[in-house]
Amino acid sequence: MGLTARSTGFSAMSEDFVVEKKSPSDKVIAIAGNPNVGKSTVFNALTGLHQHTGNWPGKTVSTAQGSFRTKKFSYILADIPGTYSLLAHSKEEEVARNFICFGGADAAIVVCDATCLERSLNLALQVMELCPRTLVCVNLMDEAKRRGIGIDLQRLEEELGVPVVGTSAHNKKSLVRLTQRLDELCGGDIPTPRRLRYIKPIEQAVEMVTPALSGQLDSILPPRWTALRLIDNDTSLNSEIEKYYGKDLCGIEEISEAVERAKFHLAENEITCDCLKDRIVSCILLNAEEVCDEAVFGASGRSVPSRADKILTSKIFGYPIMLLMLMVIFWITIVGANYPSELLGNALFWLGDRLSELLHFLNAPDWLHGIIIDGAYRVPAWVISVMLPPMAIFFPLFSLLEDLGYLPRVAYNLDRPFCKCNACGKQALTMCMGFGCNAAGVVGCRIIDSRRERLIAMLTNAFVPCNGRFPMILTIISLFFVGGTVGFGSSLLSAAALTGVILLGIAMTFLVSKILSSTILKGEPSSFTLELPPFRKPQIGKILVRSLLDRTVFVLGRAVAAAVPAGVIIWLLANVSIGGEAILNHITGALDPFGRFIGMDGAVVTAFLLGLPANEIVIPLTAMAYMQQGSLTEIAPAQMLELFSQNGWTAVTALCVIIFALMHFPCATTLLTVKKEAGGWKWAAMAFIIPTVCGVVLCAVIAGVARMFGI
Amino acid sequence: MDNFCSLCDIKVGERAVVERLRTHGSMRRRMLDIGLCDGTVVECVGRSPMGDPSAYLIRGAVIAIRANDSRGVIVRGI
Repeated sequence: MGLTARSTGFSAMSEDFVVEKKSPSDKVIAIAGNPNVGKSTVFNALTGLHQHTGNWPGKTVSTAQGSFRTKKFSYILADIPGTYSLLAHSKEEEVARNFICFGGADAAIVVCDATCLERSLNLALQVMELCPRTLVCVNLMDEAKRRGIGIDLQRLEEELGVPVVGTSAHNKKSLVRLTQRLDELCGGDIPTPRRLRYIKPIEQAVEMVTPALSGQLDSILPPRWTALRLIDNDTSLNSEIEKYYGKDLCGIEEISEAVERAKFHLAENEITCDCLKDRIVSCILLNAEEVCDEAVFGASGRSVPSRADKILTSKIFGYPIMLLMLMVIFWITIVGANYPSELLGNALFWLGDRLSELLHFLNAPDWLHGIIIDGAYRVPAWVISVMLPPMAIFFPLFSLLEDLGYLPRVAYNLDRPFCKCNACGKQALTMCMGFGCNAAGVVGCRIIDSRRERLIAMLTNAFVPCNGRFPMILTIISLFFVGGTVGFGSSLLSAAALTGVILLGIAMTFLVSKILSSTILKGEPSSFTLELPPFRKPQIGKILVRSLLDRTVFVLGRAVAAAVPAGVIIWLLANVSIGGEAILNHITGALDPFGRFIGMDGAVVTAFLLGLPANEIVIPLTAMAYMQQGSLTEIAPAQMLELFSQNGWTAVTALCVIIFALMHFPCATTLLTVKKEAGGWKWAAMAFIIPTVCGVVLCAVIAGVARMFGI
Repeated sequence: MDNFCSLCDIKVGERAVVERLRTHGSMRRRMLDIGLCDGTVVECVGRSPMGDPSAYLIRGAVIAIRANDSRGVIVRGI
């Protein structure tokens, strides 16, 4: 789950997974695997698609599909969420199991982690039991080799009874081999996978039920597997079977009697219903252990945590490093974006002038010229010149940390404070995603298991300024607090100030999480497990391409799409008069008392309201509102500062705008995403109200105090 | 037999074998998912800056677990 077009856009909101076959002869392949084993990497390499990859578990939260063609077949690949097992404990596991059982998959690829094969095989064995046409792809072979783990793939294949291919993400040849084996698998006979062996009483219980199942399942579900699920009271499976086949297995007397007898038999052998699942799991793990004993060499089972890990999570350095990391990223962004921003701005405004000349040449009426140039062109031009450079620098830097595997460490370090707020440490991961896009952050909340904690994370996600808002905060910081000068000192100061703003946002996240968990979302912190993956060498080239194409262009595209109509609207408002006064003046006038109360003015509040589709346009809209019939001619910092100062901005105004930019209603996409993810407008309304109230209160206090001291 | 303790009690760098899971509900299932069951060898490899959660090496993967949850895992020191 990363910040891709898919996850940041409206399509992030579609959930149900239906495979669309292009032709009936297409082979549908389910691609399964534990979280964070490089499933998405394999998926991308095969399909040429760009499912976002990152080094943290739970990234792919919804199913993706892509297609590719070999000499023999054309395939449709379905990337199902990463799971540890198919026993349907959680929503993802249920999705994965249902897809393999009922989704019409012709074959399955299970991606395994060569560095901890035993645990990966736990899933592979379960998938093989359900779908004999399974190909086991042992990924991260290079990493295993580096750690001194040797895997005898030939032996593994013999033990498992299904084709095995070793791959590593950087090795294209290994993927060619994968497609060859896939062709063989789909074209050849059904392999006979290793039979999962259970302890004797369970085996006996299974044999008591399988005869009753014969003839009921049309050979779609393996009887042994189904029998064990029925004995294990897996009601969700029974209802799925009823949904797909219209058959209530538990309602068939012969079956239910057999199941009861099997349960009785297990109870006689001191296996109660409660511990049956444990026994099943440990049996499967034992099978995995047996296979690994034969095929894995040199694995001492010990991976000493790297020295980097010891420092990054140490008592003394853990938090300072996180802070420093944040500051350095901002600093690089500020320094790097400064010059390109100016250049881009000049270029776009030059182009605007030429466009304007063209319109004059064509004798276009003034109103048309106004709408096109001052409204539809200049606002997006501004958005691009101010937003594009910071995004183009911030996103790759952020992807770098993500790819490296630093983000789970952040969650690990911050779990304790979140736990004290009765929330979940994984909220830190969703906050990190919020830096990119709050909508993506909200979708990312799916990695949090408990619904209560997930809702807390969703409702507080807007306290992290997304990429649409932090350049806006940055602009005001550099205009009013650091001065527009370019230099080492001032850029460092800007970075520090921005980090301070972010820290305020984080503090608010904790405060609001605490308040929520002691009021409307009351509860104890639930259990928490978080995998800390080994650090991986980031793929720099891929990071650049992906973060620029997927994230930057998409997020910016959305901003521009919102900026064009908003620019037209504000131009119309400013130039259409009712009763001799521009409509915009009526609106800003009406909002002015409230604006003043919270330390801003009517124009800024109007801009924030009009910026609901995309926060990026707030500052350009404010400037437009100030200039009224005039129009944006240049965006040099000096002119900006002059314009804002002429309209009564002081340091207090700037501070209030920054605070309100940090804490106000999230953009429309985020709100819709909350509605979808949390299941109701109620939660979207909460996501709107909570940060807005915080922002209004804080700004009103600042403005009040300032008035008291006569500033 | 006196070296039985909870998983949360083992120190960084120490190893232990799981004797019994006394956790319930979703945590028990999570633990089984990550391969933590009777007989699994576990090593404590670190603690987060505020002392909780701790990181454990379980079947080749490093997993962070809160003391509140690991208290329910009875282990035997080795």
